[in-house]
Amino acid sequence: MKLFIPNLLANDEAGFWFPSQGSTVAESVDSVYFFILYVCTFFFVLIVGLMVLFMIKYRHRPGVEAEKTVTHNLTLELSWSVIPTLLTIVMFWIGFTSYLDMRTPPASSYEISVVAKKWSWAFKYPNGWIESELHIPKGEDVTLTMASDDVIHSLWIPAFRTKMDVVPGRYTQEWFNATKAGTYPLMCAEYCGQKHSEMVTKVVVHETRGDFDKWLQVASDIHKNKTPVEAGEYFYKSRGCIQCHSLDGVPKNGPSFKELFGKERKFTDGTSTIADANYIRQSILEPQSKIVDGFRPIMPTFKGQLTDQDITAIIAFIKSQK
Amino acid sequence: MATIVDSSNPTSDFPIQYRELNYLNCSKGWKSWFFTLDHKRIGIMYLIGVTCAFFLGGIFAVLLRTELLSPSKVLMGPDAYNQMFTLHGAIMTFLVIIPGVPAAIGNIILPVMLGAKDVAFPRMNLGSFYLWMFGAAFFLAAMVLGGLDTGWTFYTPYSITTSTAVITALLGVFILGFSSIFTGLNFIVTIHTMRPPGMTWFKMPLFLWALYATALIQVLATPVLGITGLLLVVERAFHIGIFDPALGGDPVLFQHFFWFYSHPAVYVMILPAMGVISEVIAVHSRKHIFGYRFIAYSSIAIAIFGFLVWGHHMFVSGQSKMVAVIFSGITFSVSIPSAIKVFNWLTTMYKGSIRFTTAMCYGLAFIFIFSIGGLTGLFLATLATDIHLHDTYFVVAHFHYVMMGSSLVGLFAAIHHWWPKISGKMFNEFWGRIACLGVFLGFNLTFFPQFILGTRGMPRRYYTYLPEFQNLHIMSTMGAYLLGLSSALMAATLIYSVYRGKKAPANPWGGASLEWQCSSPPPHNNFDHPPLAGDPYVMESVVYNEEIGGFVPVECQGDNKESVTASGDKEV
Repeated sequence: MKLFIPNLLANDEAGFWFPSQGSTVAESVDSVYFFILYVCTFFFVLIVGLMVLFMIKYRHRPGVEAEKTVTHNLTLELSWSVIPTLLTIVMFWIGFTSYLDMRTPPASSYEISVVAKKWSWAFKYPNGWIESELHIPKGEDVTLTMASDDVIHSLWIPAFRTKMDVVPGRYTQEWFNATKAGTYPLMCAEYCGQKHSEMVTKVVVHETRGDFDKWLQVASDIHKNKTPVEAGEYFYKSRGCIQCHSLDGVPKNGPSFKELFGKERKFTDGTSTIADANYIRQSILEPQSKIVDGFRPIMPTFKGQLTDQDITAIIAFIKSQK
Repeated sequence: MATIVDSSNPTSDFPIQYRELNYLNCSKGWKSWFFTLDHKRIGIMYLIGVTCAFFLGGIFAVLLRTELLSPSKVLMGPDAYNQMFTLHGAIMTFLVIIPGVPAAIGNIILPVMLGAKDVAFPRMNLGSFYLWMFGAAFFLAAMVLGGLDTGWTFYTPYSITTSTAVITALLGVFILGFSSIFTGLNFIVTIHTMRPPGMTWFKMPLFLWALYATALIQVLATPVLGITGLLLVVERAFHIGIFDPALGGDPVLFQHFFWFYSHPAVYVMILPAMGVISEVIAVHSRKHIFGYRFIAYSSIAIAIFGFLVWGHHMFVSGQSKMVAVIFSGITFSVSIPSAIKVFNWLTTMYKGSIRFTTAMCYGLAFIFIFSIGGLTGLFLATLATDIHLHDTYFVVAHFHYVMMGSSLVGLFAAIHHWWPKISGKMFNEFWGRIACLGVFLGFNLTFFPQFILGTRGMPRRYYTYLPEFQNLHIMSTMGAYLLGLSSALMAATLIYSVYRGKKAPANPWGGASLEWQCSSPPPHNNFDHPPLAGDPYVMESVVYNEEIGGFVPVECQGDNKESVTASGDKEV
């Protein structure tokens, strides 16, 4: 709604009262808001209008006393009790029905899990990728399943008109369906300490599901976003190396990675070699070719599962274990 | 109107009561004040304490608003900011608004309005004042001992984990709660047992109805706050696992406990102010209050409904949908009795003879501000809109319109209405009205822009904000400066009147309730004999007397004679 009142705010796309509507529920929330606003404006004008009228008309004049009028009138008093009651019932009803839509996540929606902590958001996508900004596709139901690491936070996206507390010790949910591509602020609305007001990030709505998938694929392309050592650690943890290869020197099913790189390895067939990049690469792709003395030949091959770039990262990670 | 204020410089044939001893000069020395059992002196001490707390909380408010002039640092860092908004809220709530009208004004006026010598339990009354002082001291101690940064709501688990002086502040809240309970208990017993001959429940002034309803809430709700505070202290000190999810506790349970007190407490803040406005509008319009019974019943209805709506603070807390819907429904029920009162006040003004005294100006400002405060509550009671507006500046604006704009403006109206009775002096009406205009304009300039900030997406309790909100924040801060200056002007006008003001007649405005029948200021024991009470709103029972600059009864009745015989001629 554009009022005649000049816009005091920088964002031209928005109305006087609200930021632009970014989700399917925004329109119904705004229409409930404006219904109440018009009812309230009517009553406010009525009350203040009568007050000002009486102030002028019945102001004290010397020699003129107040007129004696009736001190009560049941019909009048009942009418100004019953009419507002009926109006509030309407308000309750429209607010209640819109609310049910807002609080009932659709059965098949795209699920993103959220962890809130002082003072940042972590959005975890279905492929396991974690990002501090929320990215979603336009026109698709998205459900956030939220948990908090410390105190109560509250996830609010003003453009979507949705908000939900993130309470430690339980999961809460919030869902929306974005209607317009663009970038909107996402903030913490429940006071959470020193940097409460900096717990603000972005929601990026992608035009199509294809755009979104492409973004997710690129974002989760770990080699662009992380150093080789960090990426190697990610693979070490996520691809199961961690089950058999410790980092503290204690052998498990396989030898520990601690101080492994550059050391001489003795094998069950009596040969030996220096553990260099080529040796590690060969061990990942053809684990059975060289079995270190004292271990069983149980490691599976990762051929086809890890790219050369992934393996390079793992080598860098092993190299860093000193 | 001007004649009331400026004329009648009493000279030689000054009415006899002014030469008599009154409660202010009947005994001297600090002991006569600190150990007094006189409800009026205790009320004065409360008034002084509340005023100091108000200016302390007000200074915090002005500093906070100054910080918000820019999204970047102006005066202080985020830690200081968080502590300051917490203390601003806690001081204004617990030390100013809750005791403001009931404990300060109620203490002074309630027994006089009842034609009684004192409250039912004068020693308990003094005790509750010292509990208030003691509780206030804990608050000040918390400020020094590491501050407090939880917000006045003390939400867990933040309040369990923060390193600030939460326990000290909670003990302060606990003690203040006892002060509030004792005052409420005292008022209930006083109203039940000490009404004078002729004053039935439905002949009681509406201010007393409001204080009675308030007292019921104070007695029934405050213990819950006390217990909640103690549980939180225990949780912090011994890690029991009541509210801390890390120990198996439930943080939402704390919110239920907290709001079970704190929502009814909102009505402890607003009901007495509504009572004040019922008196002020009737007296200064020279009209019988319209719909007496509806106003009286609505006070009780608000007190009862007030207990059933706390869950509307928690629509986004993760409570079940069903609970949210029920609380939303009941919340609307509170709006109806409030609306009834507003319509009754307006109808009272109809065909009146409205004098724009300072008290009346505050009364009219109250109707304006309370209408906005009450109507914006509808947006927050409605589920769909509350989800968006919860924890934003819209809420900040709404509750300031109700708590500050209405409760405090009600307190200001009460102070000006009864100031001649309390101090025995008339204040300067010109400066009083200038201050009132400043409070009104400053208040609206401060808080109206905050509604827009809230709907546009500005969360509350933010130290910094998106740059697009700066214009509205600057407007708001300018309003706060005007509001602060006007409050100081109001205080200066009143304090000046104590030293230089004209002596007040017994009944300067023409009220028909009993407090206007004793002299101003009242004698130590108010009335020698219980006066005979009639309808407190028959304004025709008193007429203006030029000679003494106040109103006198049309016909002197029985026991009331003594205080009004000074009137020679009567204006007809």
